[in-house]
Amino acid sequence: MALQAGTPDTFPKLLLQHAAGRGNDPAIREKDLGIWQTWTWRGMRDEIEWLACGLAQAGLAPGAHIAVIGANRPRLYWTLTAAQALGAIPVPFYEDAVANEMTYVFQDAEIAFAVVEDQEQADKLFEIMPQCPKLRHIWYDDARGLKHYTQPELASYESLREAGRAYAKANPGFFAERIAAGKGGDPAIMMYTSGTTGNPKGVVLTHDNLVLSSRAYAELEGLRPEEEVLAYLPMAWIGQNLFSYAQWMAVGFRINCIESGETMLTDMREIGPTYYFAPPRVLEALLTQVTIRMEDASAGKRWIFRHFMDLARRVGARILDGEPVPALERLHYAIGKLLVYGPLRNALGMSRIRVAYTAGEAIGPDLFVFYRSLGINLKQLYGSTETSVMVCVQPNGQVKPDTVGPPMKGVEVRVLDSGEIVLKCPGLFRAYYKNDDATREAKDAEGWFHTGDAGFFDETGHLKIIDRAKDVGKLSDGTLFAPKYLENKLKFFPYVKEAVAFGHAKAEATAMINIDVQAVGDWAERRGIPYSGYTDLAAKAQVVDLIRECVEKVNADLARDPKLSGSQIHRFVILHKELDADDGELTRTRKVRRGFIGEKYATIVDALYSGTERCLVEAQVRFEDGRTGTVRAELPINRAKTFAAEPARAAA
Amino acid sequence: MNLRELDAQETGRRIGDVILAVDSVSLAFGGVKALTDVSFDVREHEIRAIIGPNGAGKSSMLNVINGVYHPQSGRITYLGKTEAAMRPHDAARRGIARTFQSLALFKGMSVLENILAGRNLMMKSNLLLQALRVGPALREEIAHRKRCEEIIDFLEIQHVRKTQVGRLPYGLQKRVDLGRALAAEPRVLLLDEPMAGMNVEEKQDMSRFILDVNDEFGTTIVLIEHDMGVVMDLSDRVVVLDYGRKIADGTPDEVRASQAVIDAYLGVKH
Repeated sequence: MALQAGTPDTFPKLLLQHAAGRGNDPAIREKDLGIWQTWTWRGMRDEIEWLACGLAQAGLAPGAHIAVIGANRPRLYWTLTAAQALGAIPVPFYEDAVANEMTYVFQDAEIAFAVVEDQEQADKLFEIMPQCPKLRHIWYDDARGLKHYTQPELASYESLREAGRAYAKANPGFFAERIAAGKGGDPAIMMYTSGTTGNPKGVVLTHDNLVLSSRAYAELEGLRPEEEVLAYLPMAWIGQNLFSYAQWMAVGFRINCIESGETMLTDMREIGPTYYFAPPRVLEALLTQVTIRMEDASAGKRWIFRHFMDLARRVGARILDGEPVPALERLHYAIGKLLVYGPLRNALGMSRIRVAYTAGEAIGPDLFVFYRSLGINLKQLYGSTETSVMVCVQPNGQVKPDTVGPPMKGVEVRVLDSGEIVLKCPGLFRAYYKNDDATREAKDAEGWFHTGDAGFFDETGHLKIIDRAKDVGKLSDGTLFAPKYLENKLKFFPYVKEAVAFGHAKAEATAMINIDVQAVGDWAERRGIPYSGYTDLAAKAQVVDLIRECVEKVNADLARDPKLSGSQIHRFVILHKELDADDGELTRTRKVRRGFIGEKYATIVDALYSGTERCLVEAQVRFEDGRTGTVRAELPINRAKTFAAEPARAAA
Repeated sequence: MNLRELDAQETGRRIGDVILAVDSVSLAFGGVKALTDVSFDVREHEIRAIIGPNGAGKSSMLNVINGVYHPQSGRITYLGKTEAAMRPHDAARRGIARTFQSLALFKGMSVLENILAGRNLMMKSNLLLQALRVGPALREEIAHRKRCEEIIDFLEIQHVRKTQVGRLPYGLQKRVDLGRALAAEPRVLLLDEPMAGMNVEEKQDMSRFILDVNDEFGTTIVLIEHDMGVVMDLSDRVVVLDYGRKIADGTPDEVRASQAVIDAYLGVKH
């Protein structure tokens, strides 16, 4: 897309441009009652106009905040644009957030209006209403179960839409006038960071931030209006917002809302997205499904699969990167494409993908290479909510699994002496909402944003991220200790679901581990090891040995790196319960909250360093219905082999 | 605070007049007396539970209501029409649907096809037109399909829509069985142990679906259940059978306090 003067600088203006220029093209689809329903840009423009008029009448003023809570639904997307058209600022929420997590944001942003998906979300809002007296209006999309609700704050989306429609008829110029008053520098959206420490912070992003960032991506990848994109990630996540909202509006492609989380794979196969964005855990889940199904296949099929996957691992990624590969291997790969890669891509719904991104957390090299070797152009990128996800992207043809690529055009990146990455970019957020101290801390006087990530540039100018800067610590003998780096290395094994590493200011590094019930369960079944559930499985001696092997492989790997060889894992514990966001142990984006876990399981940490063989723990768990209970267990402290550093190889 | 409960108390589901009454029904198989002189009624829109120990005659009672068994004596009044016995196809046509304790699904067919099968009675066009899928038959099929999809949406089984029923876990099969019964848009729904063999979570799900069916569609529900906790939470009124006789009838609280019920469940010293 060419960037010209006079191009629309806000999302509502972009909407008007698409509706006027190519009004009959599909804009958004939703699978409803098993059938894909389509709205064109023009149809969507009208819906948004009515909604905006309805909201304006209900009293949504410029600069006010409006909560948007639910799964990917067209009406919730329209709420974003409708609010933006009025100069109001939408605040999306994670749909699985529990009520008391929402309280803080509602109070902080003084939210008076909310558009929610269904009864579940409405119930949560009524629960927090006593603490959030400003909340006045709640509109719902799906009426199921809400028939008997008599609260005066509650009304249906339809009633809001119809009221707005009548108003729009009486005041035909209203919508366009309000949109014309908007400027690129106005706040477009506020996203709360998941808050690994303390209360979440509201990141204010302007239209300019998101539109410029979107256009940079569009230019880099040559995105076209014909792209098909699947909308399935939480709306409150910046990745989803940038790729399925900001870029959608900027480029004018089509987004497709899935029917439910469980139908994602079916829906993806039906749509065949051409542009795809997935955090590593989704890619991992897809791969696990494939692997499990392959293990059930006949011996002949398994042989063909293994044979061609080995070939793909050798040459697939190189062919994709345009590197020289012998003609015979190319031919061999072509046969594999016919027999394995093509059908497999089809089964994954990835036949039409031109560009796929992954971000959000570190991706295991095996997982990453698996997709690339099938010929899927999967790339990593680096960014955060504060930067509108616009920092680094791996360029086509130069993809290295352990880096995130060079900085994008218009982005300046420096690495401080402390190892922290600082940057300037057009997508850089305006401020943290009502939190000047935090803003000053993150953005210094010269405008450099302190990412809090530690990393370095490799010899080709690609950025490599190792950990959060504040988490990078030192063992008591001064050896570098990057817990995230260790945790990720552990998590790259299919049997390890989560890992938490400890070691700062201690003599040795240790770790707590969550096994992956699906993978380890499968492994146990094949060996005829009976088990009843997670806790039982985690306590099996064979499972401990299995995990010990993984830990020792990590140690062997670390021994090769002179900087990190001192931080090998000496002891580990397999936790008796799965870490859960509901218990506050993970963030909503499933990142471990190391500090919180260290405090909560202080007895285990003590035991890891006290030289005991076992430790008794009690943990509080929160059930899905909100009740709490305790789980008690006695955990063995396991030792792992460590290896001497290999200076010769590290120097090579 | 449970809003649903609070809400139900405030507004109250409008329980109507008697829709179904069983009057002095006795049923015997040879010398075995399954039911002896049992009478009770069911009001429109209510959830009515039939409980009792094993072999108390609960399933026989359901089979009498939808006409599978013909009682030797007694009368059944449904929608103002009194008969000595119902006939199954008649009962179905007049709005009585049921689920089965030991599932009655077509295992080789998909979830969608099973639920569509539940609408068979409502197909107006003839078999030939249906087979050819022309004209009115096609329009009709689209309408039926839409209704089935609404049920699939309602029961949250979209992800298995096209999966063979035989490959589903038991809990989901039970839900499909309920879906098939709902497809007939019944006025009265008979549920035979809808929660048998389920774990706690599945039971909670099923309880919610039963309440939702009752609430959204106003369907009158007669259910047999072993799990006392579930019965007491769900039902408006409970009838208790023991050895084919009615030993108690009333609200869950009344039934819980009844000495005859306590004796039947816990045993009495002789």
